[in-house]
Amino acid sequence: MNKVHYSGFKVLKEALTGHKGWKPVWRDAEPKSSGYDVVIVGGGGHGLATAYYLAKNHGITNVAVLEKGWIGSGNVGRNTTIIRSNYLLPGNEPFYELSMQLWENLEQDINYNAMVSQRGIMNLIHSDAQRDAFVRRANSMLFAGAGAEYLEQDDIKDRYPFLDMKNPRFPIKGALSQPRGGTVRHDAVAWGYARAASDLGVDIIQNCEVTGFNINNGKCLGVETSRGDIKANRVAVCVAGSSGRVMAKAGIKLPIESHVLQAFVTEGLKPVLDNVITFGAGHFYCSQSDKGGLVFGGDIDSYNTYAQRGNLPVVEDVCSGGMAIMPMIGRARLLRSWGGIMDMSMDGSPFIDRTQVDELYFNGGWCYGGFKATPASGYCYAHLLATDNYHDVATEFKLDRFLRGAMIDEKGVGAQPNLH
Amino acid sequence: MTRKALEHSLTCINFDMIINHPLLGPRDSEEFVYLGSADLINRPNWESETAIEDFHEYQYIRENVAGDNVELWYHEQGDQSWLVVTRSTLTHEIKSVELASDYAKNNGRSR
Repeated sequence: MNKVHYSGFKVLKEALTGHKGWKPVWRDAEPKSSGYDVVIVGGGGHGLATAYYLAKNHGITNVAVLEKGWIGSGNVGRNTTIIRSNYLLPGNEPFYELSMQLWENLEQDINYNAMVSQRGIMNLIHSDAQRDAFVRRANSMLFAGAGAEYLEQDDIKDRYPFLDMKNPRFPIKGALSQPRGGTVRHDAVAWGYARAASDLGVDIIQNCEVTGFNINNGKCLGVETSRGDIKANRVAVCVAGSSGRVMAKAGIKLPIESHVLQAFVTEGLKPVLDNVITFGAGHFYCSQSDKGGLVFGGDIDSYNTYAQRGNLPVVEDVCSGGMAIMPMIGRARLLRSWGGIMDMSMDGSPFIDRTQVDELYFNGGWCYGGFKATPASGYCYAHLLATDNYHDVATEFKLDRFLRGAMIDEKGVGAQPNLH
Repeated sequence: MTRKALEHSLTCINFDMIINHPLLGPRDSEEFVYLGSADLINRPNWESETAIEDFHEYQYIRENVAGDNVELWYHEQGDQSWLVVTRSTLTHEIKSVELASDYAKNNGRSR
């Protein structure tokens, strides 16, 4: 397929010539009978990013991305679009900062408008103890070059007069801000990576469900799919949310439980919220989409599930959190709600690792933080697949870290996945 | 609305899960705290040669069943009993509920 370079000039030219020059954004490929160097299972954000960086950074282009439905039909289409690199622990923070830097250059890199908007993210503080904890986190962010600012009460009040500053239980005392955080158009991430990977020769194969792994003498030789067997020198699973189900086909159990996280969007409103606000103490976070809807969410539903829907008590819990901190949200009507399935890991941190089966690799356990990690996840997974070495910022995301006592537990709640 | 459409709507509405407590009758799942798989009842033997691996498996590795899951719920806002609930992780339908003590005894535990 001929590459089409997107630019302002191209838009103008097409506008004047009847929009006849636009082409499909990626090739809809058929599986090759000769097989592939790398088969990536899962055509979501992470899988497509992995394919792109395999091709771009490592020159490995004989790659297929297999997707059960259509690309981007999983969690990359079901999140709240927030990006940030405001983590505390050394195992996490440099990784998420790499992701932020990749977000900052993403659109130029893949020549696709992903609507990366660094509008800033603000974590509200309600007590002296919480302020100490957030200042500590801010220092960790500054060490990693992520940038962090402390916002005083008056700054917050001036910018967001609708916040309930004097809430009796959670009065707003200040906030930790990362001005480089923000939002990205989630679907465009999947489409942009798909287009860029496809242009470099990657086969994107949709409606192709992996039904089993061809494992012989402890070595993975390929996958069995709804469209026939596909040979591969290396198989890379990347299906967060369904990791349990897919890895069970290879006989591998994981330190992961699947839970549902619900999210909500109101009807479109005039611009009112130019930032991402998180109210961690009440489990509520909110941003405003470019269409004007207030996009918000809160806690997971707390029980194991693979159903992409949750229950009403959590809807009430999230909305009451919103009402507590920004009462004006009660005037907006709810337009939609949805649920996505999370790989909740035992310490709240992800995995990018080999498995006990040779040539079978695993990427998952992203909890509810997978979207922001998309570029770095693909970047580091591709590095591991191509070189068999861990990338410098992803050395801690190993599956055996619990046995070694080397967990990366940001919240310090232990092996209770529904509390991370 | 046709009957089929109505049935579809009813399955799409997110009804709260009702747990049929063996002693107290139907209770809202909100009264309970969810712990996880009922496998957690079977603590490994700490004197075993393989205790480290056994406890790693017990504490950190999950079956993560897609289908009927046998799991522990604690009736925190009720009679504080532990229940074993069999529930589908695909549809949220609750298939059976029993007291955790009964479940443990039926599975060979002395108490």
